[in-house]
Amino acid sequence: MAIRVFLLLLLFLSSAIVSFSLYEDQAGLADWHQRYIGKVKHAVFHTQKTGRKRVIVSTEENVVASLDLRHGEIFWRHVLGTKDAIDGVGIALGKYVITLSSEGSTLRAWNLPDGQMVWETALSSAHHSKSLLSVPINLKVDKDYPITVFGGGYLHAVSAIDGEVLWEKDFTAEGFEVQRVLQPLGSTVIYVLGFVNLSEAVVYQIDSKIGEVVAQKSMVFPGGFSGEISSVSSDKVVVLDSKKSILVTIGFIDGDISFQKTPVSDLVENSGNAEILSPLLSNMLAVKVNKRTIFVKVGGEGKLEVVDSLSDETAMSDSLPVADDQEAFASVHHEGSKIHLMVKLVNELDNVLLRETIQMDQHRGRVHKVFMNNYIRTDRSNGFRALIVMEDHSLLLLQQGAIVWSREEGLASVTDVTTAELPVEKDGVSVAKVEHTLFEWLKGHVLKLKGSLLLASPEDVVAIQELRVKSSGKNKLTRDHNGFRKLILALTRAGKLFALHTGDGRIVWSMLLKSQACERPNGISLYQWQVPHHHAMDKNPSVLVVGRCGSDSSAPGVLSFVDVYTGKKITSSDIGHSVVQVLPLPFTDSTEQRLHLIADTVGHVHLYPKTSEALSIFQREFQNIYWYTVGADDGIIRGHVMKSSCSGETADEYCFTTRELWTVVFPSESEKIISTLTRKPNEVVHTQAKVNTDQDLLYKYVSRNLLFVATVSPKGAGEIGSVTPEESSLVVYLIDTITGRILHRLSHQGCQGPVHAVFSENWVVYHYFNLRAHKYEVTVVEIYDQSRAENKNVWKLILGKHNLTAPITSYSRPEVFTKSQSYFFAQSVKTIAVTSTAKGITSKQLLIGTIGDQILALDKRFVDPRRTLNPSQAEKEEGIIPLTDSLPIIPQSYVTHSHRVEGLKGIVTAPSKLESTTHVFAYGVDLFYTRLAPSKTYDSLTDDFSYALLLITIVALVAAIYITWALSEKKELSEKWR
Amino acid sequence: MAQIIRSSPVLAFIGLQICFIFFASTLTCTSGSEDSYTITGRVKIPPSNVIGHTAKFSNVKVILNGGDKITFLRPDGYFTFHKVPAGTHLIEVSAMGYFFSPVRVDVSARHRGKVQATLTETRRSLTEMVLEPLKEEQYYEIREPFNVMNIVKSPMGLMVGFMVVVVFLMPKLMENIDPEEMKQAQEEMRRQGVPSLTSLLPSAGASR
Repeated sequence: MAIRVFLLLLLFLSSAIVSFSLYEDQAGLADWHQRYIGKVKHAVFHTQKTGRKRVIVSTEENVVASLDLRHGEIFWRHVLGTKDAIDGVGIALGKYVITLSSEGSTLRAWNLPDGQMVWETALSSAHHSKSLLSVPINLKVDKDYPITVFGGGYLHAVSAIDGEVLWEKDFTAEGFEVQRVLQPLGSTVIYVLGFVNLSEAVVYQIDSKIGEVVAQKSMVFPGGFSGEISSVSSDKVVVLDSKKSILVTIGFIDGDISFQKTPVSDLVENSGNAEILSPLLSNMLAVKVNKRTIFVKVGGEGKLEVVDSLSDETAMSDSLPVADDQEAFASVHHEGSKIHLMVKLVNELDNVLLRETIQMDQHRGRVHKVFMNNYIRTDRSNGFRALIVMEDHSLLLLQQGAIVWSREEGLASVTDVTTAELPVEKDGVSVAKVEHTLFEWLKGHVLKLKGSLLLASPEDVVAIQELRVKSSGKNKLTRDHNGFRKLILALTRAGKLFALHTGDGRIVWSMLLKSQACERPNGISLYQWQVPHHHAMDKNPSVLVVGRCGSDSSAPGVLSFVDVYTGKKITSSDIGHSVVQVLPLPFTDSTEQRLHLIADTVGHVHLYPKTSEALSIFQREFQNIYWYTVGADDGIIRGHVMKSSCSGETADEYCFTTRELWTVVFPSESEKIISTLTRKPNEVVHTQAKVNTDQDLLYKYVSRNLLFVATVSPKGAGEIGSVTPEESSLVVYLIDTITGRILHRLSHQGCQGPVHAVFSENWVVYHYFNLRAHKYEVTVVEIYDQSRAENKNVWKLILGKHNLTAPITSYSRPEVFTKSQSYFFAQSVKTIAVTSTAKGITSKQLLIGTIGDQILALDKRFVDPRRTLNPSQAEKEEGIIPLTDSLPIIPQSYVTHSHRVEGLKGIVTAPSKLESTTHVFAYGVDLFYTRLAPSKTYDSLTDDFSYALLLITIVALVAAIYITWALSEKKELSEKWR
Repeated sequence: MAQIIRSSPVLAFIGLQICFIFFASTLTCTSGSEDSYTITGRVKIPPSNVIGHTAKFSNVKVILNGGDKITFLRPDGYFTFHKVPAGTHLIEVSAMGYFFSPVRVDVSARHRGKVQATLTETRRSLTEMVLEPLKEEQYYEIREPFNVMNIVKSPMGLMVGFMVVVVFLMPKLMENIDPEEMKQAQEEMRRQGVPSLTSLLPSAGASR
């Protein structure tokens, strides 16, 4: 009976379509959203007017943003397309932010206060080139000076008011590359200096009204230029020659060109190659020679003289006018854990206007960029503020000897994410005060009750929110019973590792990678190195951070081992070989360090940790280690197996050679690999079988060695508009990575990529574009094991053919069959992930990162190949949804609710200890975290559970019992009297 | 053209015709160089009654071919994609709080960049490139307003309700029973020794 009730309950539960949904007042309880912009490339201050002081920045993540200069908050920001890199920013007319992007072919104006785009102009460009934006600084707002833009061989003059192209000058024929545009105030003639083939300097005088060339002068420089240029004054620039040993001052007063050569060796003894630094200083330039920065003053006749020299680690800002005829610039250099900010006058370098020393976190690295701004203090003297960009991409504002605000912009370029447990709560570790009086507890619950009954006033709502956050203790730094509190470890492109708390997203610790071999390694990937579980319980868990010295894949790798609890580096080693692939092995040593193999470009693999114990474990499993490589360029997937130890002088005993076991070659003329995917290695599958409606059993083919490969015709590899349906087809494969056997092949005619896929248990779901219908499609493929299909009932399972007695090997030919189904999907997709829970019992949800940077949770039951148009009663009871041609987009199931995860790149899920719940972390330019319960929290009471109502009911019941007891006694007494 | 329309109805008709031709041929397309064209369109968001979503154009993105190009709206709602090759393209509009159907856009090479637009969700072809949201999106569940029935329906409400029924309605029912029958039943009960409530709570009875 009980079983039947339970089954009925299960049926009831499964037939109700549960979707993730949230009440508005629940937003922000379990989730958080952080907005970032990325590493700042350009910054323009806007502080002239009274009112809000802001700084306009453009970043390497193609973001243009307006930041509050007081607090560092974002007023507005826009994330441009991935191919739309910003080349320049300026403020025109005092009210528009001008951005030049896409190599000088797109010019946009944004309204300064609210970020609304005002106009957009496409500029013609013939080829890729350096681009140049020159926004005139005009003090009279009413007069419209044109914006001059050079890019792709064309010079344009654009009206700042409406973006109209006033004139356009084609320089593509001459090969003329504009270097500087000069517009003397009040003059209608602009001077355009540029090089032809880096050997001839040309100055054009162009009428700024009509774009006609008034005069042209050119002069050939025999040595040729290197392209590095610094303009020192309104009519002079300094260039390096092609050998980087001679500084050439080019004067172009009134359109006349004059060269003045100064060998660098005249300025500095024993000089090597020189490099002109980017800061623009008036009548001076900064040159890097012999690892030192020298300041070279440019005299009136183009004569150069060294006035100062600084250590290499100095970052400088452009100079900026401070008082009449005085220009100042800021320089920042390091000294131990401090940085020194100095503001000097350009003309008198000894005259230091400002000298400040600021304590700086070591894990921010060096100062990369400095942007300076001045303001007038109340006593009429000059005050300075400096915006600095650090090596870890963080952005800081320095003013009056202190860091006013800082932004961790490194988090805008996360490359890899993993999760880690927090320490167990011990006596004296950290126990937050949770006890409070009964009255307070009751008051809180009465408030909650009011909230859920919609009787709460706005103040009450605020109080409820505060109470919820406080009572949940979600921000504590210890492990909790449900596993809701965790650390999210995020590795950024700058090579910094951040640990974020799942409760509120704050940074618990951060660490910048370091290496002896190179200045600053790039972060590539993160692995769980040591997770103490059964043994070595006293050890702290640690992660392996794989980095690389340089962007090339053959560059030597760097391994760092980081303690998760403390954020301290345990060890780090320059491994001396390159890193192509890291393979975590399913073995751990006695201290629960996981064995990892690292493959290099030469074809060797290296075992880590380098201990004899690890080696002996590895030797035992030597024959059973397989892996594969995907050559996307040549269309070959190769399977590898271990061969022997490396030979040669440099080899150690932890290095092994490999041999090729199998290859799958895709014909290069018809198929190009665009996507490969395997299952997550740590995924838990709860049940091997699936019960059909007709009491049939389907055995899932759950193999860790399946590889999903999607190929597309070479023509269809481009973007959507570029191919006709007849020319493109998409083929997907399921390949066994041990034997190289193709288990399944499915071809979609008239379809093309990009393919976004997710692989879990025995199914793959992938998203692609159908050119015929001109819609996106999602296909699900489920793979089942045929060989065990006979074992239908208990007797057969015990006596019949099964896997327990027969030796199972990956070499045996698996008898599999697949089921698949396709649906339309109404949006482009950036990434897909799937929820993962501790035991794998809870039904799964797909997490679809849409093009609008939102994340949609879609129940797996919508992508079930058993869906039919008219499901039978039995199927309906099982929870099969009638087939529809497209997948529903239910707005309430956006897990990001009213947020956008701008520039979404990836979604990571991790199980919590509570089976029903999973952690979801999405990263891009923004970060977003939430907890999901794909089948509702069936194993715990929700936050909404009203304890007060329960208490009131109990009290009422007890009272009722007593009343009735009293009544009954009275009645009995009266009856006895009768 | 306005003057013409005012002057004569016949002319007005012709004027309308011209207007149509004008729209059909020029509004959705403009010329470009040999192989790159321009797609111009407009996003129209009706004045919203959804709380929390102000129809701000500054947060709207228009996306060509799944992120190949992204542009933003001008204050009047217009957007433009420049340098688009001839072929069939897909335009999507991303605006918080609204669902837009993707638009299939055919840029013809033969007709100098003539643009044809079709909504892929409803298969409706557009005469003008004016994109309107199919529906508004509400990301939050709406809390039901306070309702006595909700409390009554909750498990605890049912418990209380049942108690009330037993305590107050049962005696009423008892009263309606014929007194003689009642007596008989009571006799029977006494004979069988059905425990009364007092004997059920012996400790409570003893304490008194």
